[in-house]
Amino acid sequence: MAEPAIELVGIDKRFGVVHANRDIHLRVEKGTIHGIIGENGAGKSTLMSILYGFYQADNGEIRINAAPVRISDPNAAIALGIGMVHQHFMLVENFTVLENVMLGVEGAPLLKRGIAKARAELKRLEQEYQLDVDPDALIEELPVGLQQRVEILKALYRGAEILVLDEPTGVLTPAEADHLFRILEQLKAQGKTIVLITHKLREIMAVTDNVSVMRQGSVVATRKTAETTVEELAELMVGRRVLLRVQKGEAKPGEIKLSVENLTVRDSRGVVMVDNASFTVRAGEIVGIAGVAGNGQSQLIETVAGIRTAVSGRVLLDGQVIDITGAADPGELRDRGLAHVPEDRHHMGLVLAFEEYENSILGYHDDPLYLNGPFLDIEAIKADARKKIEKYDIRPSDPRLKTANFSGGNQQKIVLAREIERDPGVLIIGQPTRGVDVGAIEFIHKRIIEMRDAGKAVLLVSVELDEIRSLSDRILVMFAGRIVGERDSDASEGELGLLMAGVEQLEAAE
Amino acid sequence: MSQPFAKLPAWADYGLLPLINLIVAFFVAGLVVLLVGESPIDAAVLMVKGAFGSGDGVGYTLYYATNFIFTGLCVAVAFHCGLFNIGGEGQAYIGGLGVAVVGLGLGNVLPWWITFPLAIIASGLVGALWALIPAWLQAKRGSHVVITTIMFNFIAASIMVYLLVGYLKASGTQAPETRVFGDGGQLPGLGWLLGLIGLNMRSAPLNISFLLALVAAFLVWVLIWRTKLGYEIRTMGYSPKAARYAGISEVRIIVITMMISGALAGMMALNPIMGAQHRVQLDFVAGAGFVGIAVALMGRSHPAGIVLAAILFGMLYQGGAEIAFDMPNISRDMIVIIQGLVILFAGALEHMFRPTLLRILQRVARVKSQPTPAVAAEGGQ
Repeated sequence: MAEPAIELVGIDKRFGVVHANRDIHLRVEKGTIHGIIGENGAGKSTLMSILYGFYQADNGEIRINAAPVRISDPNAAIALGIGMVHQHFMLVENFTVLENVMLGVEGAPLLKRGIAKARAELKRLEQEYQLDVDPDALIEELPVGLQQRVEILKALYRGAEILVLDEPTGVLTPAEADHLFRILEQLKAQGKTIVLITHKLREIMAVTDNVSVMRQGSVVATRKTAETTVEELAELMVGRRVLLRVQKGEAKPGEIKLSVENLTVRDSRGVVMVDNASFTVRAGEIVGIAGVAGNGQSQLIETVAGIRTAVSGRVLLDGQVIDITGAADPGELRDRGLAHVPEDRHHMGLVLAFEEYENSILGYHDDPLYLNGPFLDIEAIKADARKKIEKYDIRPSDPRLKTANFSGGNQQKIVLAREIERDPGVLIIGQPTRGVDVGAIEFIHKRIIEMRDAGKAVLLVSVELDEIRSLSDRILVMFAGRIVGERDSDASEGELGLLMAGVEQLEAAE
Repeated sequence: MSQPFAKLPAWADYGLLPLINLIVAFFVAGLVVLLVGESPIDAAVLMVKGAFGSGDGVGYTLYYATNFIFTGLCVAVAFHCGLFNIGGEGQAYIGGLGVAVVGLGLGNVLPWWITFPLAIIASGLVGALWALIPAWLQAKRGSHVVITTIMFNFIAASIMVYLLVGYLKASGTQAPETRVFGDGGQLPGLGWLLGLIGLNMRSAPLNISFLLALVAAFLVWVLIWRTKLGYEIRTMGYSPKAARYAGISEVRIIVITMMISGALAGMMALNPIMGAQHRVQLDFVAGAGFVGIAVALMGRSHPAGIVLAAILFGMLYQGGAEIAFDMPNISRDMIVIIQGLVILFAGALEHMFRPTLLRILQRVARVKSQPTPAVAAEGGQ
């Protein structure tokens, strides 16, 4: 067996009553790519934060290259040769690549010498690992994939021998993700050790040598990637068998329920976010909108749901025009049978400080069912909330519990129960399973299919291409605010990936 | 990334933490007293005795508390909507105009039990209208309500000086104040209430607006936690995005909330004007609008907490006056310093001890709960 780069021995960490890491033993061999997979909330990020010195473990020992170490803060981690690429980049947007790389290790009060040194070193790193980036480009002008490369360069510049990547592909197109994996292979070939944290099974299978599965704060298994299967890992993650493929019958599209015509939306700075988009959604079908995050999908569904105003275009619900240019009222749209599960569950779909039952009427609080004149009929609301809790298996089953104390999956179920139980004609649903554990994903997908089979029109937006492909009857792809293509549900991932990256757009322009 | 600190249990959040803050505030205030060469123990005894030791002491304490309940509720209602109404001072001051109109106009012809409801409506209405302009500017134009309400305090002060000196002043006098209201413009005292618990109140101005303040506190609780409007206000306060999503009109809620807030401040004017002085004097609010901010902070924007915090500050005002009277080295300004320290620790530095307290409680909980039952790990991502 190769010698270990990292050994975690009996790591234990609590946050109040939450036991985030319990007695974790983990061994990462030098010069390998080690995957750590687990549901959201399984404790992966906490464990890596302990390794990187953000938190101190309550118990346990960390050994780097077989020597016991104390990592009191990120500087200590860097000194030990540990580099971290965070899920959300820690870059200064209006600095150049070079300035970002040398930030914090400038070397002297005057920058001139430091800059020269950094430039030479950056050049060497680029050649050694084929990490090409223009050192003088501004971060904000770089695409996300390159920004991530800068994060990797930052870590290498600080002498990282061990590189920890936390959910690195969340913001990348499939092609960018593949490119990242090639870079990781390259780094491995140079003898670096890489820890890859993810909840995507596909990535684990594609790139890792070994994989550890975390569940409820514990490492439940470690396998050689070549000797395991996607099914086994999924089962280990959830603790029971899961259906990874959604089972659904043929769609029976009916009349047009929702029709969007030449919709154009600008954001508050006047930048065009949705550019002349047109499409329809019929009763009994799921239309999925694929795209890399930030290509206008959010603005599109928020406009249709009456939250944002459009510059031009029309939206028709059941053949009736919705006023989208003026003050569209989400409340009125609800009355007309349009339900909306928003992408931003934490700030839009729920008020986290509310008790569960209070959130179970958000948006429907005008319904006389929940009111006694100007007063809330709290008993009626709670009874209603209890029914939904039971039907959607929301846990813990306590309508008085603060919403922030529910897990992501259960929070999403609260929103879904509220919106679906109103029996809407049209359901708009954004990122239905973001931050949701695998067990709940299965449940949520089933509900969405049920809505379709009940003859409802479903408009689905997700950055998870797998989700779009398995749920949708038709797939629209958005790039830079435009709908750049429509495909059937059996379109290949590669084909969609090219559309998402705007490749056809570029070719058409040439 | 995980939240490094979980939440405190309710009893610690609402009971223990304010108590610790208060103790520290009094400790530092004690050092100040020591510094000027007086005994902090004696001063503390004087303060408590002055505030609660006699019928008049209690009467004054509750009289001041009445002002602070109104202004505290004013700040709290706006807080629940995510608005920081610093204009309580001005809204209360200008609310005095409403009281003046009723007191001067009807005080000689109608009995108090008819003028009182009229004065409640008039003072509340004037206060609400004074809050309407900043509310409208915030809702429609995005002008920050903190800035505009501060400005409106100055405008209110200037208008009141102008009116008192030029129009409301009784003819033939030098003082910038109205004439004394007729009998119908004077509220009955609450000596009988203190009499029930065996206290004898002779000269203290405690009057039935104290009871009105308690009713207002209860109604605010009903409004915030039991009505649809309160639900919408809280939704807006916690998350404007969620409010937009839920179809709640931002403009409507901001305007209504600020007007309720202003009305509560306006009603404060009843207590000193109709209840105590029976006339409108210059600067009768005397900073109560600002104390209301500290009261609302300390009371966690909950009416029950506000009533308690208001009584605490009433005690500081009344007991402080006694200290200044009996200890020659301690002037009125020293009292202001001590009050300021309480506000600093109880209000502004409210979160100073929170992390430490949390850590201690966690350690206690851990010792108690071993071995721990399995809890779904939530602190992961």
